[in-house]
Amino acid sequence: MTNLKYRLLTIALLVLASAWALYPRKVVERVKRNGTFVFDTIQRVPLKRGLDLQGGMHLTLEVDESKGTIANKGEALDRALKVVRTRIDEFGVSEPVVQKVGSDRIIVELPGIDDPARATEVVQKSAFLQFQITDKTQAFEKNVGRLDAILKDKGIVAAAKADTGQAAAKSALPNLFATADTAKKAKGDSAAADSLKAGTGPFSTKVAKAPGGDPGMYMVAETDRDEIDSYLQNPDIQAALPPGKQLKWGADTISAGGKAYRALYVLDARPIITGEYLTDAKPNTVPGEGTIVEFQLNNEGGRRFKSETGKHVRDYMAIVLDDRVMSAPIIQSAIGTRGQITMGGSGLQAAQDLALVLRAGALPVPLKVAETRSIGASLGQDSINKGIRALVVAIALVVLIMVVYYRFSGLIAVGGMVLYVLYTLAALAGFGATLTLPGLAGFVLGIGIAVDANVLIFERIREELDHGKSVRTSIDEGFKHAMSAIIDSNVSTALTALVLYQYGTGPVKGFAVTLIAGLAATMVACVFSVRTFYLVWLNRNRGAETVSI
Amino acid sequence: MLRILHGTNYDFIKYWRTAAVLTIAFILLGMGSALFKGGFPYSIEFTGGTLMQLEFTTPPNVAGLRSTLDAAGVKGAEITSFGSNREYTLRAQGAEQVAAQAAGSEKIAAQIEAALKAAPTDNQFKVVRVETVGPRVGGELRRGAVIAILISFVVTLAYLAWRFEWRFGLAAVLATAHDILTTIAFIKLLHLEISLTVIAAILTVIGYSLNDTIIIFDRVRENLHKNRKMSFYDLLNRSVNETLPRSILTHATTLAATVSLLLLAGEVIRPFAWVMSFGIFTGTFSSIYVASPILMWVENKYPRANEARGGTSRAAARP
Repeated sequence: MTNLKYRLLTIALLVLASAWALYPRKVVERVKRNGTFVFDTIQRVPLKRGLDLQGGMHLTLEVDESKGTIANKGEALDRALKVVRTRIDEFGVSEPVVQKVGSDRIIVELPGIDDPARATEVVQKSAFLQFQITDKTQAFEKNVGRLDAILKDKGIVAAAKADTGQAAAKSALPNLFATADTAKKAKGDSAAADSLKAGTGPFSTKVAKAPGGDPGMYMVAETDRDEIDSYLQNPDIQAALPPGKQLKWGADTISAGGKAYRALYVLDARPIITGEYLTDAKPNTVPGEGTIVEFQLNNEGGRRFKSETGKHVRDYMAIVLDDRVMSAPIIQSAIGTRGQITMGGSGLQAAQDLALVLRAGALPVPLKVAETRSIGASLGQDSINKGIRALVVAIALVVLIMVVYYRFSGLIAVGGMVLYVLYTLAALAGFGATLTLPGLAGFVLGIGIAVDANVLIFERIREELDHGKSVRTSIDEGFKHAMSAIIDSNVSTALTALVLYQYGTGPVKGFAVTLIAGLAATMVACVFSVRTFYLVWLNRNRGAETVSI
Repeated sequence: MLRILHGTNYDFIKYWRTAAVLTIAFILLGMGSALFKGGFPYSIEFTGGTLMQLEFTTPPNVAGLRSTLDAAGVKGAEITSFGSNREYTLRAQGAEQVAAQAAGSEKIAAQIEAALKAAPTDNQFKVVRVETVGPRVGGELRRGAVIAILISFVVTLAYLAWRFEWRFGLAAVLATAHDILTTIAFIKLLHLEISLTVIAAILTVIGYSLNDTIIIFDRVRENLHKNRKMSFYDLLNRSVNETLPRSILTHATTLAATVSLLLLAGEVIRPFAWVMSFGIFTGTFSSIYVASPILMWVENKYPRANEARGGTSRAAARP
């Protein structure tokens, strides 16, 4: 009977280990209370829930090579990974996942996030900050005729030429601005506006000098922006642009005369400094200016900034974030280590996020979103509730079938099933596997499949009893003969599960993991433990001539 | 003791012709539907695109939703109610929308949300789920799913080859192929969307059905060993009859699990539960009416030598 003692000891140890693995422990979680997220220490079962069950966001980011290939992609991606990780840490999510996948992807998992658009923005923003002096040589005006001629030669703008009525309407633009802002209108500007009006190509008619605006600042109607932008992407146009200058769009639209316009800036291509010298950034609200982000540069950056701005007093300096001009204030005097970015119409949260990404540093490569999955926390909780309801009903039905059909042996099988549930959950918790919604379904399904092992054994025992064998022999033979079928069925299912694990994405991987954990638990709970229960019973009823099965 | 179908002696194999006609008709119905009624609906995981699940405070006007989306340039989006009449899913997976997601897969979702927010209605809504897949990821998942199915096939074949001799293996593989065909026909007839979860269900059905076939063949192998005089026809029938109580019980418990999932686990898992529930039937059916008749046909065509039945063949060598 030492054999039986070892068996019982093994079961006791396994149950203890499972109980330990599943014992509720303290975890710090980010929970939403009164509309804001706070960190909270709560005690719960250490089962990791997938994003589909607890709510949250999954993001796959990909290196964006649409604007030119990236030379050293692997190394750049590693640096990008660090930046993204720093940003996420500051963003404040409990148990985030930031991981490199393959050679050009980063996956980010943010449990509990309920504003996916904002999270995407924080992760994806390049946050590449540049300070560039606006052009004051009217380089663009001098070239406008040539640019339009190129477009005409290429036959790109045949439609625009035919549409003279529209062109005429557009040419009224400078006047419109003039009425809105007459006081500042300078003589040079009106001359420039005239020269722009002279041609008939799209650059002449659709791009207007901003009256009274900064030098190098032009206005394009928001409706024409995509058209002009597509011309600017044209390689021939790019070649013909004034050397040493860059054209960049403003970040926000400006409304004048009931119409939306966007600024187009002509800037000196060489930035006076970039955001790499930035040491700190924080949001602030200043009366009269609205929301701003104040930043601080390190000593070296401060020195450069001071000498460069000293050379450009009375010039305009564009603050360029991710190739969009945030603002272009005039330089009153040399600026040292401190500066600020005005946020225009955006709120305090946008300023907070901008400060965050500036502190974490610029992304070394542009990233684009290749895939997102976001699920609201309430939907996740709903899935858990429904899954548990299905689980409870499935267990009740299976218990009913087994006990009605197999009576006492059915009860033994139910004992095995309880252990099955315990072991499976413990295995998931112990190995830190994630329980997803399909995983929950796999778990429910697993219960139906797990009792198959017991059904095979019991049917076999019945057959052996029919052949007139004794109870003890029948039980022994029943287990022995059912074994090959049980192993076959478990192996064939496990092979499928392994393939799914290898090729599935998040939720389906969860299904595979639960299935595999369940199969292992079946062997221990429904074969080893059930056999032990029989041995205990036989031990107590040595002379038993019948068994309730 | 309570016994169902104990000691039966039904002649299952006799009806194989009827069974074959039924199952072929079912498969043809499914395939015909796929051929003439526009293929299979694939989930955005495979096609790329955007899925949004919205919860409205009051049941929305679907035609209004559609025109709002059309006006926003998201044309041809599929709008279906999901669970209740206040919850709707929007699927934008047309070629134009997928292409627009090449530069960033979140763009269409943002466009839809902005358009719906701007629409002049006081029906508030909440976005409870968003899934967006760019074209490149969609292509990769498609390839991945095909590879997964092929590999699971090869692995299963290898396991059967190792476990059984070729006659059994061939019959089991053909039965599995049958299960895949009927399951696909079922998916088409129920208009289920082919997603990764549904593929996972199909692969699980394959495992389950193979299981069932293996258990009957296990018994055939054993009976071959025990009853050397019996004709193969009687031997097959006997094996099916002997394993019948087990089949009924196991299918009852598994069905209890899948039907609970179908009725209680919610809309997201429902396609999975449908496929699994159907799989239990087709798996049982194919073990008896596809695998067994094929095995008999193979045995008749390529009869084993007498000494093989005496215990030297691989099939008989394993107890």
